[in-house]
Amino acid sequence: MRDLTKGNMGNGMLGALHRISGIFIKELIQMRRDKITFAMMLVLPVMQLILFGFAINMDPKHLPTKLQLEENTRFTRTIVAAMQNSGYFDFITTDESDGDPLVTGKAAFIVTIPVGFSKALINNQQPQILIEADATDPAAASNAIGNASTIINQALAHDLQRLNSQSSLKPAVDVVVHRAYNPEAITQYNIVPGLLGVILTMTSVMITAIAMTREAERGTMENLLSLPAKPVEVMLGKIFPYSIVGVVQTFVVLLAAYFLFEVPFTGSVLLLAIGVTVFVLANLALGFTFSTIARTQMEALQLTFFFFLPSILLSGFMFPFRGMPQWAQYIGELLPLTHFLRIVRGVMLKAAQIPDLVNEVYAIGAFMLFMCVVAILRYRTTLD
Amino acid sequence: MSDYAIDVSGLVKRFDNKVAVNGVDIKMPKGQVWGFLGPNGSGKTTTIRMICGLLQPSEGKGQCLGFDILKQSAQIKNLTGYMTQKFSFWGDLTIRENLEFVARLYQLKNIKQIVDNTLANLGLTHRQHQLAGALSGGWKQRLALAAVTMSNPKLLLLDEPTAGVDPQARRDFWDEIHKLSAQGLTVLVSTHYMDEAERCDQIVYLANGELITQGSVDEIIKQADIVAFQLKGHGIREQLQSIKQEEGVSSAAYFGAAVHVCGKNADELKDCLHKYQSDDISLTQVDVNLEDAFIQMMANAGFDQRQHG
Repeated sequence: MRDLTKGNMGNGMLGALHRISGIFIKELIQMRRDKITFAMMLVLPVMQLILFGFAINMDPKHLPTKLQLEENTRFTRTIVAAMQNSGYFDFITTDESDGDPLVTGKAAFIVTIPVGFSKALINNQQPQILIEADATDPAAASNAIGNASTIINQALAHDLQRLNSQSSLKPAVDVVVHRAYNPEAITQYNIVPGLLGVILTMTSVMITAIAMTREAERGTMENLLSLPAKPVEVMLGKIFPYSIVGVVQTFVVLLAAYFLFEVPFTGSVLLLAIGVTVFVLANLALGFTFSTIARTQMEALQLTFFFFLPSILLSGFMFPFRGMPQWAQYIGELLPLTHFLRIVRGVMLKAAQIPDLVNEVYAIGAFMLFMCVVAILRYRTTLD
Repeated sequence: MSDYAIDVSGLVKRFDNKVAVNGVDIKMPKGQVWGFLGPNGSGKTTTIRMICGLLQPSEGKGQCLGFDILKQSAQIKNLTGYMTQKFSFWGDLTIRENLEFVARLYQLKNIKQIVDNTLANLGLTHRQHQLAGALSGGWKQRLALAAVTMSNPKLLLLDEPTAGVDPQARRDFWDEIHKLSAQGLTVLVSTHYMDEAERCDQIVYLANGELITQGSVDEIIKQADIVAFQLKGHGIREQLQSIKQEEGVSSAAYFGAAVHVCGKNADELKDCLHKYQSDDISLTQVDVNLEDAFIQMMANAGFDQRQHG
């Protein structure tokens, strides 16, 4: 006999439609209830559009350039004006005591016009201009370098025309480019040290965020809270084991960088050690903060991803930092990865010492302290 | 120091706009075993959590073991063992690792010794390296009780510790609780089982976040001020609905092959039940049990028990 409780549409197309619509409605309801996932689906595309569409620029301009003018003539003035007008070079002044501006990252280029330049130019002796470029990120400097010679020679052509009518086949000025730190423009030299920061960000944030939400999800949080442990104690106890993981990861990446990718390692080991420590702690504290917001491990993962995406795009890991518009650079400056990349690239490629990059360490340290305070304030010893 | 292990008054807890606990007062002397009863959602768990500092009361004040429940939850946690409703130990740690973890957080000395003893008392020495998650329900409860008593707490708060545990394991569990109580421990235990409630010195009955009554089993039965009859025999079960409609009947329920009927007045009740009596069906007066008393009190307090399960 037919089971009447199943209605008349147990089989066939109509039955299938009914069952599908049942599942469809249930999924819609659940999707709406799960606020973080819902936000993710709506916000993430917008975030990606803005970041990829506006922030990322493969032709970086307005690169900070230090001028070393050893003479001041109308030719040098023409050159400076032309370089500035090209939009690629923004001239800055730096103090000798601040250290080498290429190492500290204050300048992307140092342009030197030597004594006797103008005289040699008039005598058609093809004088040289030296451009030293920070080539740790080959992509960041390449367009400016590629166009420098044309910009300078075209600007001078007008001045020189009036001097001598003889047209020359060779350019008036020989622009000598010195690609510092990465003369062969090897992409791995830039990517591999950067990957250290990316790997540490991903795993450190995720691991603590999950470690705490797991307690909530499995019901062990209530037990943990009923035991005598203060918030700071719980946080430190949770963070330290994972900082060991961070140290191990660092060793693995550095060994691979050195032996597999032959990335040079020229700077202060101590600076890198300090940088890694502060950076890992900052990310672990952030993960802990995420765990006070997320209720489930899934939500913790989503929050991690929310943070991870701008970190990769705006830190200078994938795209030249100086190629981004000002607002994007400001956001980038807030991210610990941005500062860590400067440290790790500085140490590995630019022979940076502690004084050169101590400000980057401070920036990460400030982020870490802020996150620790937020995490402790948000962490509840009650189930409220 | 106060003689009360728990001394709270006017406890209120609101979640958003929902009132979970609405003005509960409890004065519990040290060294007793008290039962916490009430339907699901009556506020038992919320009250226990407020007492041990896991929830901040919205209103009210009080002390637990002489410490302010609003400000000194750290001290309270140090002296209190709280067993959660759901097994909340770490399933991916072994039995031994769970005990060691708890012992460390209570800063116990001689952790190895204490854990060894606890395992021996539990009879789990040979299984100490198994994952706690693999234990059966009864063993999980025993492990949890052992863990929360390891630090020699002054007060035990047990939230439905025997839910879903077989009768023998429940009996063992209660033997253990009375043993601990004899040593001076104060125990507040929430339960749905009437037989467990009868093992308590005092019973506190909550419904809809309010304290309906409290007292010893006898006192509560007396307070209810009802009588009970039993109609037993073939065919009586079909009569339940009509019995419920009778004037003078305040509650009626199946009781195996019989129907258990309660009412306020013995004569009145007897009169209206007479017509159900026959050759096959006997009518006898029986003792009022705790369940009858609670159902009566719920009705008195204006609650419809069908809403509360």
